[in-house]
Amino acid sequence: MKQNRLSSFLSKEFKHIFRDKRSMLILFGMPIVQLLLFGYVITNELKNANVAVLDKSKDATTKKIIGALDASNYFQCTDFLTDESQVHEALRSGKVKMVVVFDANFERNLVDRKKALVQVVADAAEPNVANASVGYTSQIVNKAVNDIFHQDMNRGVIVQPRMVYNEEQQNVFMFVPGTMALILMLISAMMTSITIAREKERGTMEILLVSPLRPSQIIMGKVLPYFFLSFINAVVILLLSQYVFGLPIRGSYVLLLAESMLFILMALSLGILISTVSASEQQAMFISMFALLMPTMLLSGFIYPVENMPSWLQVICNIIPARWFIVIVKGIMLKGSDLVGVWKETLVVVGFTAIFIIGSIKKFKVRLE
Amino acid sequence: MRTVLFILQKEFRQIFRNRSMLPIIFILPVVQLLVLIHAVTFDVTSLNLVVVDNSRSSDSRELVNKFVGSSFFLLKDYPQSSQQAMDLINSGKADLALIIPERFSLNQVRDGKVDVQLLVNAINTTQATLANAYANSIIGDFNRTKLPPGAIDNVYAADVRPQFWFNPTLDFKIYMFPGILVILVTAIGLFLSGMNLVREKEIGTIEQLNVTPIKKWQFIVGKVLPFLIIGLFEIGLGVLLGRIAFGIPFVGSVGTLLLTTITYLLVVIALGTLISNQSSTQQQSMFVSWFFMMLFLMMSGLFNIVESMPQWAIWINKLNPISYFILIIRMVMLKGATLSDIAVPLGSLAVYAVVAMTLAIALYQKKTA
Repeated sequence: MKQNRLSSFLSKEFKHIFRDKRSMLILFGMPIVQLLLFGYVITNELKNANVAVLDKSKDATTKKIIGALDASNYFQCTDFLTDESQVHEALRSGKVKMVVVFDANFERNLVDRKKALVQVVADAAEPNVANASVGYTSQIVNKAVNDIFHQDMNRGVIVQPRMVYNEEQQNVFMFVPGTMALILMLISAMMTSITIAREKERGTMEILLVSPLRPSQIIMGKVLPYFFLSFINAVVILLLSQYVFGLPIRGSYVLLLAESMLFILMALSLGILISTVSASEQQAMFISMFALLMPTMLLSGFIYPVENMPSWLQVICNIIPARWFIVIVKGIMLKGSDLVGVWKETLVVVGFTAIFIIGSIKKFKVRLE
Repeated sequence: MRTVLFILQKEFRQIFRNRSMLPIIFILPVVQLLVLIHAVTFDVTSLNLVVVDNSRSSDSRELVNKFVGSSFFLLKDYPQSSQQAMDLINSGKADLALIIPERFSLNQVRDGKVDVQLLVNAINTTQATLANAYANSIIGDFNRTKLPPGAIDNVYAADVRPQFWFNPTLDFKIYMFPGILVILVTAIGLFLSGMNLVREKEIGTIEQLNVTPIKKWQFIVGKVLPFLIIGLFEIGLGVLLGRIAFGIPFVGSVGTLLLTTITYLLVVIALGTLISNQSSTQQQSMFVSWFFMMLFLMMSGLFNIVESMPQWAIWINKLNPISYFILIIRMVMLKGATLSDIAVPLGSLAVYAVVAMTLAIALYQKKTA
């Protein structure tokens, strides 16, 4: 009998959720779109950046160097300036990211004194682009000079780098764990927080509370459909990353899925906690979608490594659950860690879950009085 | 005009009456801005280095000392083998490992070349690239001191001298601050306007409004203006705080930024109103807004280089208002761009605003379905 009640309540909840086709499309579509974007579109690599050239020498050497710059994947020389005064204008208008200035008598200086000056004026309003541009320019220019004068500069100690875990240096390796954490965290937390706040606001919560269902059953009925939905999302993300982007899953699938379930459970309990402290559906939505969005993106080590942040901020990062999950996912997928390798992080996520559940139960009881 | 004022009065009362939402609208963005700005940096302060010194000679120690002496690397350990070094990288205790071959001697360095291996954890590609670059520059220094005089200095070389304009110290805060500010204000504007109409629908008050003699345009103006004012207030507050707290420069004209901000907020609010109009519940509207918010955010140029995206994505990005605004706000604040410099993006935003607003007004029907 009891079992029957719960299952009919569950089926009501499932119907409630899957009836709204548009929301369904977004909840299931979002992870796919986001992952595809990160895989194919979002890049921090410099590609075909517009560059202006001010060649005060106009000799064979500078022509070759300009040709080398233009031929690289990093730059395309779009503007040819004639006067120093145009440099500022070119950068300010945003038409080019960098201006390469060859000194007068470039070739002659190079032949006579073995040294010649190239000035690289970079638009450092985007510091990462500026830094990379200057680095690449320096490499390309000097390689061109070595080629022209047939010099072998491979002397002394030479570094042979090996990029471990990500030989081809694909951005998507870094983005998949983060996207997974972000999507699971936000979707799970916001869905539960909104539904419960909504029942409260509409007054239907009271109807549920006077029904023979126990509070724990109500919560279970509210949470289970979303647990199911988020889990499907996790599996879709993993399948896409493996079969579309060729990300390895070096560790155990079972462990990875179990950790994902744990993380979803944590986010769902956070959602319940949010709903119990919110006064309205609107407030619950803002807390779960707005207040969680940027911190989860920026303080979790998703894009910016936590280790580079000031130490007081690292302390704050520790209370962002996604930070721990990202370490777990990276560990299992890319490094092939087992549970022994990620037990600490797992324990932290378990701890968060416990705190959120206890917090919600306490708050929930107060409401029942 | 009086009618509009009354509607405005009603809207503002509604916003300010909701005490639980006030801190979320006004305090949360500011706090997030002030905290998160410290998180977004690609500046690598110290990378954990381990050294496998197979040579164990005074010569190899000299090379290691070069690394220890630099501010980029923290020497963590001397593992016995490459395998142990890999384990340290695996457990996250090391970011990179330098492996010095058994036969490493300065004589060899002087006469020809010696390969050393560098294992870099490349899951975070940006950090890996930087680590590799730092290691190369240290080894370059080492070579310069060890190679016979003339071997490096007495060759044909272009002296590439960088200049960083608009942000000479390559400060990431200066770069990210305007961007994060834009995201926070956009989220608030989009979510608030996205929920507004549909909330009236859900509560049923829309019918009361529909039977009043208010004209359609008056109604829309009443709905748009409050969010415009809130958005302007928040951008103004943000720019001011950035200046006071972080010394973010403001080179351009305030009038230009004001004009841009108004145009931009109109786009955001029109989009929000459109979504609100087409949704049947607040939840649905919130999901749709969130979907677009995430897409806009990821392609905005905040975390990626817009110009490096594939051409089709650049075309799609023309529909991304955040992308225009981040571009303009950076140009105006950091580079002092004038109206003519930003004519194209600002013009595009203006067209966008007109089209979106027209659609929003056209699609709003003064009746309930």
